[in-house]
Amino acid sequence: MVNIIWVCLTVIGIVFAMVNGTMSEVNEAIFSGAKEAVTLCIGLISILVFWLGMMRIAEDAGLLNKLSNIFRPIVTRLFPEIPHNHPAMGYILSNMMANMFGLGNAATPLGIKAMEEMKKINGGKNEASRSMITFLAINTSSITLIPTTVIAIRMNYNSASPTDIVGPTLIATICSSIGAILIDRFYYYRRSRKG
Amino acid sequence: MGIVTAISLWFIPVLIAVILLYGTYKQVPTYESFVEGGKEGIKIAVSIIPFLVGMLVAISVFRASGALEYFMGFLKPVLEAIGVPPEIAPLAIIRPISGTAALGMTSDLMAQHGPDSYIGRLAATLQGSTDTTFYVLTVYFGAVGIKKMGDALKVGLLADLVGIIAAIVVVTIVFGY
Repeated sequence: MVNIIWVCLTVIGIVFAMVNGTMSEVNEAIFSGAKEAVTLCIGLISILVFWLGMMRIAEDAGLLNKLSNIFRPIVTRLFPEIPHNHPAMGYILSNMMANMFGLGNAATPLGIKAMEEMKKINGGKNEASRSMITFLAINTSSITLIPTTVIAIRMNYNSASPTDIVGPTLIATICSSIGAILIDRFYYYRRSRKG
Repeated sequence: MGIVTAISLWFIPVLIAVILLYGTYKQVPTYESFVEGGKEGIKIAVSIIPFLVGMLVAISVFRASGALEYFMGFLKPVLEAIGVPPEIAPLAIIRPISGTAALGMTSDLMAQHGPDSYIGRLAATLQGSTDTTFYVLTVYFGAVGIKKMGDALKVGLLADLVGIIAAIVVVTIVFGY
C-alpha cells in the first residue's frame, strides 16, 4: 500500500513536470526534500534521547507497573472474555502504558505477546476474537499523553510554543479512543445478533 | 480555553519532576538509567532517516511539479463542504497507512504553513491523536497468524475517522480558525 502511494506521488509528479514545464522546480525539490528529511531526523534526536531517558527511569522505578494497576479495573471491563489474572491482561496493560508514554518500540513486542495470549484463550483459532478486535481498536486510536515527535518537529520549525498542542492532542486522542471502543462494541453486538 | 493551555504548559515539567522524585524514592540510579534509555533515542532517530528521505522527496516532487495544486482543486469543494481543510486531506489519507510517511507530511505542512498556523497545529494534533491502523493490524495479526480479521479493519479505520474529526473540532475551538 505504502509502496503504491510512494511510487504514484513521485511518478505523477514527474509526469506533471513534463507537461507543466516545472522540471527545474522538481530537480530542486529532489535534493531539498532529501536534505530536509535528514535535518528533521537530526532535530528529532534531542527530544527522543531526553524522553526515552526519562521513560527508562519511570520503568526502572516501577512507575509504569503502578500505573497499569490503576487502570486494571477499567481495562478488565473492556475485555470480558479474558480472566482477571490471565497473563494476557498484564501484556495488554503494559502495551497501553507504553503507548501512552510514546514508547512505540516497547509497545509493539508487548502487543504481540498480548495477541499470542488472546489466541490461546480463543483456542488457537486463526480468526480474530472479540478481545483481539477490541485490543486493536484501542491500539489504533492510540492514547498519547506526550506527542514527543510532534513536539520535536514543531521545535525544528521554530514554533513559538511547541508544546501548546499537548492539551488539544490529549482531548482529541481521548475522543478517538472512546469512539473506537463504542464502534467496537457496536460491531460486536451486531455480530452477536446475527449469529 | 485557559485550562487546556495551562495543561499543555505544565504537563511535561510536572511529569518530569514526578518521575525523578519517584525514581529517587525507589532508589533507581536515575542518571545512569536516563543515559541508558537515551541511547535508544539516537538509534530510533537515525533509523527513521531513510523512511523520511524517501517520503519527503516524493512529496516535494509532487508539490513542486504543480500536481498537488491540481488535485487539490478537485478535492477542495468536497472537503470544504464537510469542514476538512483541503491541505490536511493527504495527511488524513496516509495517516492510517504509514506512520513515517505521515510524519513526513506533517513536517512538510509545518514547513509550508508554519508550526503555529491553523494547518500546522491541526497536522500536529492529527499526528498525535491517531495511529497507523494498517501497520498495527498487519504486525499484530501477522505475528500470531490471524488470517480472518473480522471487523478489525473497519473498526480501526472508523476510529481513525473519529480521531480526525475530533482533532479538527478541538483545534478549531482551542486556537480558532
